[in-house]
Amino acid sequence: MVASILVNGLVYSGVYAMLALGFGLVFGVGRVLNLAHTAFYMVAAYGIFYFASTGFGMPLAVVLTTLGIVAAGIAVYKLFIEPVREMEATVLIATLAVAVLLQELVLVFFGNEPRHVPPALSGFTQVVGVRVGNQEMVTLVVAALSLIGAWFLLSRTKLGLAIRAAAQDREVANLMGINVNQVTAIVMGLGLLLAALAGIAVAPLFTVEPGMWMNPLVIVLAAVVLGGLGSLKGSLIGAVILAFAEVSVVFLVPGGSYLRTAIALLIMVCVFFIRPEGLFGSSIAEER
Amino acid sequence: MKSLICCLVFSVFALGLSVSGQVIRIGVVGPMTFIQGIHHWRGATLAADEINAAGGITVGGTTYTIELVRVDSNEMQPGPDAVSAVERAITASKVDFLVGGFRTEAMLAMTEVAADYKKIFLIAGAADDGLLKGRVDKNYNRYKYLFRITPVRSTYLAQVSFILLRDVVETFRRELGISQPKIAIVAEQAAWANMIVTLVALQAGTPVDKGGFGGQHVGTWRPSALATSVAAELTAVERAGAHIVFTVFSGPVGVVFGRDWGRLQVPVAAVGINVEAQAQGWLDATGGFGAYTATAGIYATGVAVTEATLPFIEKFQAEFGELPLFTAGTYDALYILADAIRRADSLQTDAVISALETTDYVSTLGRIVFDELHDPIWGPDYITGLGVQWQDGAPKAFWPREWQPDPAKLPDLVISTPGTVPYVIPPWVKDHWQGK
Repeated sequence: MVASILVNGLVYSGVYAMLALGFGLVFGVGRVLNLAHTAFYMVAAYGIFYFASTGFGMPLAVVLTTLGIVAAGIAVYKLFIEPVREMEATVLIATLAVAVLLQELVLVFFGNEPRHVPPALSGFTQVVGVRVGNQEMVTLVVAALSLIGAWFLLSRTKLGLAIRAAAQDREVANLMGINVNQVTAIVMGLGLLLAALAGIAVAPLFTVEPGMWMNPLVIVLAAVVLGGLGSLKGSLIGAVILAFAEVSVVFLVPGGSYLRTAIALLIMVCVFFIRPEGLFGSSIAEER
Repeated sequence: MKSLICCLVFSVFALGLSVSGQVIRIGVVGPMTFIQGIHHWRGATLAADEINAAGGITVGGTTYTIELVRVDSNEMQPGPDAVSAVERAITASKVDFLVGGFRTEAMLAMTEVAADYKKIFLIAGAADDGLLKGRVDKNYNRYKYLFRITPVRSTYLAQVSFILLRDVVETFRRELGISQPKIAIVAEQAAWANMIVTLVALQAGTPVDKGGFGGQHVGTWRPSALATSVAAELTAVERAGAHIVFTVFSGPVGVVFGRDWGRLQVPVAAVGINVEAQAQGWLDATGGFGAYTATAGIYATGVAVTEATLPFIEKFQAEFGELPLFTAGTYDALYILADAIRRADSLQTDAVISALETTDYVSTLGRIVFDELHDPIWGPDYITGLGVQWQDGAPKAFWPREWQPDPAKLPDLVISTPGTVPYVIPPWVKDHWQGK
């Protein structure tokens, strides 16, 4: 059972981590709680479905979907978020409105019936006695490569340094000559790139349907808060904890597997009793 | 000029009144952006077109045509949409009758609205016993407006799915020599499934001579009805050593299950209730991975339950290019309603209710006679349903086939619906368990 939890938990961790990192980056740098983040993940899943089913071929479909999502996301940022970026409550409502709008647009164009994207690799492999779909492994590899790429960008490049500086303190970064608005737009694009890749990676695994963004949004919000708002490392670790919590519920409380998300969130609440600022967040007193 | 305009307005108004007076408005209730609701609508439109083309419904010398009103209940999602939609249909669209409905949770609320407004609601899509039991019998005056056409109530659905499960258990014993197959249950988290899950869990380990399956229950998993992946649940089912997984799905999670089950080639045979597997697009929806799924169903390729079944299926396929789902039972609902109105020779609600209560109608589903709860009677000579398995790219019926409803009292009564074929254990499941 431990092996099953480990293997399944890893797959979910990869997907949640990609989403949480993108979401955490945008919040950390731009202080934007983008509730439309997972809606772009949903649109990416539909994008790969559409391009793949209209004969574009998978590599071209991936490129078109990714570029489309990043371009659309930056346009949404410029049009809806940037003008109200200083007003947090307005940003929340605006991004939620964008998410619902995207869902309804998808509903109009594709309908509500579940869609299927053929796997890049069919079949399965036994890993430590656990049946793992080859597509799950592809997803895991995509997640790992995406996260390594993001880590490399953030820790080994000048842009990464600017992003981390802006994430730590926007005002000081600004004083140091970093164009914080430009960095925020770049981070928005980077976050959406990760969301698009996550959507593309899960499309062959999950059912593609207009409501598929809601549950991941809850998990991503929880992961970011659990890890500590603004902490990228915290977002990643929060995502992994919640993914393993969800999978563990399925194996340990089978009759309550529909409660997987609820129990994962309960674990988050329990952590707050011990560390109200999250696992890697700085306390309000420290910030002051 | 003024009087001319007044005259015109009056004429148009009078014409409108006279036209609306010759129309019976029927609200077709369903989640219209989902396949279940789409089939509600399709079944109803076919019936309405046929009835209207045949001259409509004559009541007291006046001929009425049927006008359908699409009532999108959006009932797959929790929320107040369903109730609002039905209330709007009654108050704004002025429907005379209602047919359809799907989710029990929404139906409980929608039928309350129908009862408030004293509108007859022919349920075509929701199975929960509690929609009628404890309502029609306990408070007849309030709930006499409710009748169920399809599917049969949960207790009977459970009975059908038990028979199918027994069939599969026997096939495992016969073909693989597994005397005590292990049975897992994977059921969506929805009210209608609870009773079925409880009964199967109880019966799984009960010896055959005591009416059980003589197997072993190894666990129950209840994913959300809107889950987008059940790979973890299936891994857990495999780890539990199950040979057979009993499914209870009415919503999109059924597609998710079929896809993950076939994609990962989990070595368990899937049988039970999976509404999505009744749809013609099942294999496409599951990416081709849904082959060998077995489910309780209503319609199957080439199987004539009654003389009305095949003409309806053929017409439905010709019109819409696919097999009807059970929610297309709105077709029968409209015919039964029309039949009751004709017999009552009245559109008065109480008269139509009395006529409905004495219905004896051969529908596409079987012979429909209502019991005291306003539920269709289940059993031989009435409605039984089918056991359907996806074989060779088509839904084939494997039950009723050599079915003995009561071997003790009626040993000679053996029912085989023409066109049924034997159940087939999925090849990868057979390969996995052969010789073990």
